[in-house]
Amino acid sequence: MGIIRAAKLGFDYFRYEEEGKEPEVTRAIDDVNLDIQAGQFIAVLGHNGSGKSTLAKHINGLLVPTEGTLWVDNMDTSQEEDVWKIRQKAGMVFQNPDNQIIGSVVEEDVGFGPENIGVPTDEIWRRVDESLRATGMIAYRHHSPNKLSGGQKQRVAIAGVMAMRPKCIVLDEPTAMLDPNGRKEVLKAVRELNEKEGVTVILITHYMEEVVFADKVFVMDQGRVVMQGTPREVFSRVEELKALRLDVPQVTLLAYELKQAGVDIPDGILTIEELVDALCQ
Amino acid sequence: MIRDITIGQYYPADSVLHRLDPRVKFVGTLAYIVSLFLFQSWGYILGTLFLVCMIVLSKVPFKFMVKGLKSIVILLMITLVFNMLFTPGEAVLTIWKLHITKEGLILAGRMGIRLIFLIIGASIMTLTTTPNQLTDGLETLLGPLKKIHVPVHEIAMVMSIALRFIPILLDETDKIMKAQMARGADFESGNLMQKVKNMVPLLVPLFISAFRRANDLALAMEARCYHGEEGRTQMKPLVYKMRDYIAYGILAVYFGTSILGVIFGF
Repeated sequence: MGIIRAAKLGFDYFRYEEEGKEPEVTRAIDDVNLDIQAGQFIAVLGHNGSGKSTLAKHINGLLVPTEGTLWVDNMDTSQEEDVWKIRQKAGMVFQNPDNQIIGSVVEEDVGFGPENIGVPTDEIWRRVDESLRATGMIAYRHHSPNKLSGGQKQRVAIAGVMAMRPKCIVLDEPTAMLDPNGRKEVLKAVRELNEKEGVTVILITHYMEEVVFADKVFVMDQGRVVMQGTPREVFSRVEELKALRLDVPQVTLLAYELKQAGVDIPDGILTIEELVDALCQ
Repeated sequence: MIRDITIGQYYPADSVLHRLDPRVKFVGTLAYIVSLFLFQSWGYILGTLFLVCMIVLSKVPFKFMVKGLKSIVILLMITLVFNMLFTPGEAVLTIWKLHITKEGLILAGRMGIRLIFLIIGASIMTLTTTPNQLTDGLETLLGPLKKIHVPVHEIAMVMSIALRFIPILLDETDKIMKAQMARGADFESGNLMQKVKNMVPLLVPLFISAFRRANDLALAMEARCYHGEEGRTQMKPLVYKMRDYIAYGILAVYFGTSILGVIFGF
């Protein structure tokens, strides 16, 4: 039994333009089936408008499916009385670091989540310490979030979610607004959480390089999951990915082109080291 | 340039006043202001002594407090002139049809001292308390108003979010201004009306982005289980310590003396 399961999930966006007129319906998610095991590192890929952010909001209970069911830790997200428990179990980090930090001091922001779920004061402090340490932001605890870099802010946001002790953390394009250094910082923090704390990670992104370490990759297009499998399996289907307007990592692309040109190397090469090894043989 | 504006005039220092509970400082400032309006004559010596003690205790340079006075210079002038000229009584000096009376001079002096002390007293509070502590203090002090359905917690939350977003929005304004200037917008020249008109292309994107941010923030707060005050605990609850009780004691003595002074007509 997975920690997150979806069966025949569907979601429609309604756009009301004028009164009395029939609303315009956009199918954002269509017949999505998922089974994610606890402790996995999952990546969801897709270009803009593929429905990946909408899917993320479902896992946190911010959106309720119009069709099908989604279970988080065996709780149905459409049951209103469970919604706060679900949000505690599945934390969410958003794209813009500025718009999700509430406190005017780093440690107060990390304490915001635990405050909301009624954790006693001493325990809040313990959790804030722990999560700031886990994300490497403990030295900045008394700083104002406005003075931090984008990557640091995003790590504060991750610490804020971690302080609620979630089983699962959904990151909705957390690196989209960051520079390469900030991106590395955030990814490192996320991977450490997954490996050391055993938190299930669902990373939504359109940077291919970020998903190489994932246990499983889902590729979405027009609200449907069109490809799934390990990064190696997914990235060996270069032509299909191209048809979905997605890029493969540069190394994979190079290996693919070399293979097309007649060099004898295996499919689905993901890292520079692998390619070097394959070529030197 | 726009970034240089500092909001809230907190002066970081390590003093007894800085460490006091914000509630004590709030009540203290109120008591002090009331006492200023109770005093008739000799009481001002007590008021001055108290203020000087606080200034010394706060470890904030005196010039920071004087800064606050600049904003009321005009108000002060008007009050003084009106009091001097329009208080009936024994004329000391007559210019044309206007009489400056003895009673007027006394009243003007009294009003002047009251205003100046009031501003300095209030700025000691804001200089020694962070905006966050102030909102926390207000939330607990106004707590009883919840009984008559005043949304105290929500108001405090709005205030603290506003404080957090002021620098972000200032930054954004700066960015939009530069982007507009790069495309030939002119914010500097022209008369007042033109300047106001020129601000429109700045305000529209600013408002749109502020609404977008508000929407994102609301989503992020919900994602982190914010559902109002119910069942909420506090990371930094306000707890009175020994020094706060002592401060309340001193305040009680001060205020008591002021009232005694009124009864015996000082």
